[in-house]
Amino acid sequence: MANQILMPALSPTMTEGKLSRWLKSVGDMVRPGDVIAEIETDKATMEVEAVDEGILTAILVPEGTEGVAVNTPIAVVGEGASTAAPVPVAAPAAVAASRAPAAAAVPLAAEKDWGPTAPTTVREALRDAMAIEMRASPEVFLLGEEVAQYQGAYKISQGLLEEFGARRVIDTPITEHGFTGMAVGAAMNGLRPIVEFMTFNFAMQAMDQIINSAAKTLYMSGGQMGCPIVFRGPNGAASRVGAQHSQCYASWYAHCPGLKVVAPWSAADAKGLLRAAIQDPNPVVFLENEIMYGQTFDCPTDPDFVLPIGKAKVERAGTDVTIVAFSIMVGVAMKAADALAEQGISAEVINLRTLRPLDTDTIVASVKKTSRIITVEEGWPYAGIGAEVNMQIIEHCFDWLDAPPVRVHGKDVPLPYAANLEKLALPQPQWVVDAAKKLF
Amino acid sequence: MAQAADGRKRGKSRLANEPEGLDRDHLLRAYRDMLLIRRFEEKAGQLYGMGLIGGFCHLYIGQEAVVVGIQMALGAGDQVITSYRDHGHMLATGMEARGVMAELTGREGGYSRGKGGSMHMFSKEKNFFGGHGIVGAQVSLGTGLAFSNAYRNSDRVAVTYFGDGASNQGQVFESFNLAALLKLPCIYVIENNKYGMGTSVDRATASRDLSQNGAPWGIPSLQVDGMDVGAVKAAADIAVAHCRAGKGPFLLEMKTYRYRGHSMSDPGRYRTREEIQKMRSERDCIEGARHKLAAFDVDDAEIKRIDDEVKRIVQDSADFAQTSPEPNEAELWTDILVER
Repeated sequence: MANQILMPALSPTMTEGKLSRWLKSVGDMVRPGDVIAEIETDKATMEVEAVDEGILTAILVPEGTEGVAVNTPIAVVGEGASTAAPVPVAAPAAVAASRAPAAAAVPLAAEKDWGPTAPTTVREALRDAMAIEMRASPEVFLLGEEVAQYQGAYKISQGLLEEFGARRVIDTPITEHGFTGMAVGAAMNGLRPIVEFMTFNFAMQAMDQIINSAAKTLYMSGGQMGCPIVFRGPNGAASRVGAQHSQCYASWYAHCPGLKVVAPWSAADAKGLLRAAIQDPNPVVFLENEIMYGQTFDCPTDPDFVLPIGKAKVERAGTDVTIVAFSIMVGVAMKAADALAEQGISAEVINLRTLRPLDTDTIVASVKKTSRIITVEEGWPYAGIGAEVNMQIIEHCFDWLDAPPVRVHGKDVPLPYAANLEKLALPQPQWVVDAAKKLF
Repeated sequence: MAQAADGRKRGKSRLANEPEGLDRDHLLRAYRDMLLIRRFEEKAGQLYGMGLIGGFCHLYIGQEAVVVGIQMALGAGDQVITSYRDHGHMLATGMEARGVMAELTGREGGYSRGKGGSMHMFSKEKNFFGGHGIVGAQVSLGTGLAFSNAYRNSDRVAVTYFGDGASNQGQVFESFNLAALLKLPCIYVIENNKYGMGTSVDRATASRDLSQNGAPWGIPSLQVDGMDVGAVKAAADIAVAHCRAGKGPFLLEMKTYRYRGHSMSDPGRYRTREEIQKMRSERDCIEGARHKLAAFDVDDAEIKRIDDEVKRIVQDSADFAQTSPEPNEAELWTDILVER
């Protein structure tokens, strides 16, 4: 009897990986626990161990193959060479398909045309932004857990230690409160730290330093002492990591004067906005999304490419309803807009990009055109970003509305672990479609 | 460290009333600076009683020798950061009494133009980084000031003051670890005035010797008589030399005492009047310095000249703090973000 070895999922968000190396050859005997291959995931290079005992009778995916989808058969182990079933050797179909841009952005007249682009993952865009700014200013440095030798818990800082050295790419102990305070103090004395939180869930340990020290000191000092610092890392749900690792903190930070809060969606957002955040003389909370890290978008290659903080982007023009979203929910909104278009409803999708200061002008201009608004966010509804955006609409263009403002949001529960329950809790494109159809 | 860095056994600091080790000129300077803080704080207490100062107001009376002694060991460019009991630290770094008092009264002439108050004043010019209201927060921030010195390969040191109460905060130990790990030039000064608000040290910490709180990280330390400005200066010299030499952080525990309440609204039932009176009469840093100055043949006329000068500065600050206008209403909306 032969057992197929499948491409394993080695992280919560892994959908594909590179089969870097085979450590066993066809004909070798393998025992449970033997390392048979090395696989490079979106986060790290991992070893794959055999579970069954037998002879490796076939290797289905040659080493060096990229983009091997999770659950693709990669090898066959038989009980003995003579009993191995013949297995056709073929390259998996998933290879390379995922390099296509995730969404086609509709250019807006107001947005500067930055010229040529290249397919870029959000992960690469973030790293490139940090590297460019670190080259430009010796006062910029990165610190956080696993950012240096480990190359980043999510590989965002890959290669930075090699280029900039241990003085500027600093591994910290697991002490968010302490190292955040230390970074804020360094910023008060004129350095420009980038603090990476492994995820924003852990930044709750450092909340006092972010709000009370970083955000308020400029005001309390009568303008004498600023805090040029970036707090960045993944925010919101990843994939089945449970309630403590899945919270969206957008409204927590956006609530506070003295902070700027940015939430990129695409690779261009990530690169252009992170560069702007590092250059900014104020504390900037930069909310990334783990699921977006591996997604590919066209990103401008102009070395001066930077995006303004405080400006939203109309990702897709439309006339019948305005859908306002940020971070990963922009993708959900775009899919919903596709579905609505098939049903004859023209949706305009606004990617907020910045949550504080909010680009109220762009949202209001859109709603004055469409007379309907839906906000989409992954986080909880109570006192959320959607509540704020919709209140802005009521204040600024109530008389233009043809229907009450609507929120689509994560369910008001701690995020559950079970796959089916988690799916029930997080906004899906269909929720947006259903919400839109009720407005007509 | 079981042994103090200067070779003395820890805990054997002199508890004499008269400071040793300072020459005549330095002691005169110390006397003047301590007296300025004492008189300034007394005046602040009066203005508070008159309703001219609002909110929280934490007076430094009794602890003057600590900041004055340490400041004498520092040089230009060294940074200072502390908690909310900060008026003395500001005056010691050379900030103007006028600007501090006017901030206490919430006026335009205050260091933060009235937007910070007693607990939140800063001076870039004097390298004073506040003035922080959250117990222990300044310890991580001060560690960051030290980090910036190390990052820039500067030999400047950052002095981070905190109380016995703050010494139990988790981020203090996180900071000790970071400073020792990264060899940061940070002098941690625990001002142990025996009470975190109304809770005595014995009731708040299982550590019986706060100077040993950095020991797990190998941070050398000294326990010092914080009522003796000479002893403070001598210990600070050792700490500063250690940090300037790139050997990492140093911890000073200052045994001190505050005569007034935690804040202006403290009824003080957690200690006896006799305890306070005993400290005032037997251990007062200013009285000790005055006695010693007499031994240096400083005559009464010179002492009086200093007393008068201090009186004049404090009265001028109080006058300024009452005549400086309230901030322009437009100030409500300024300094939230740096505009470029």
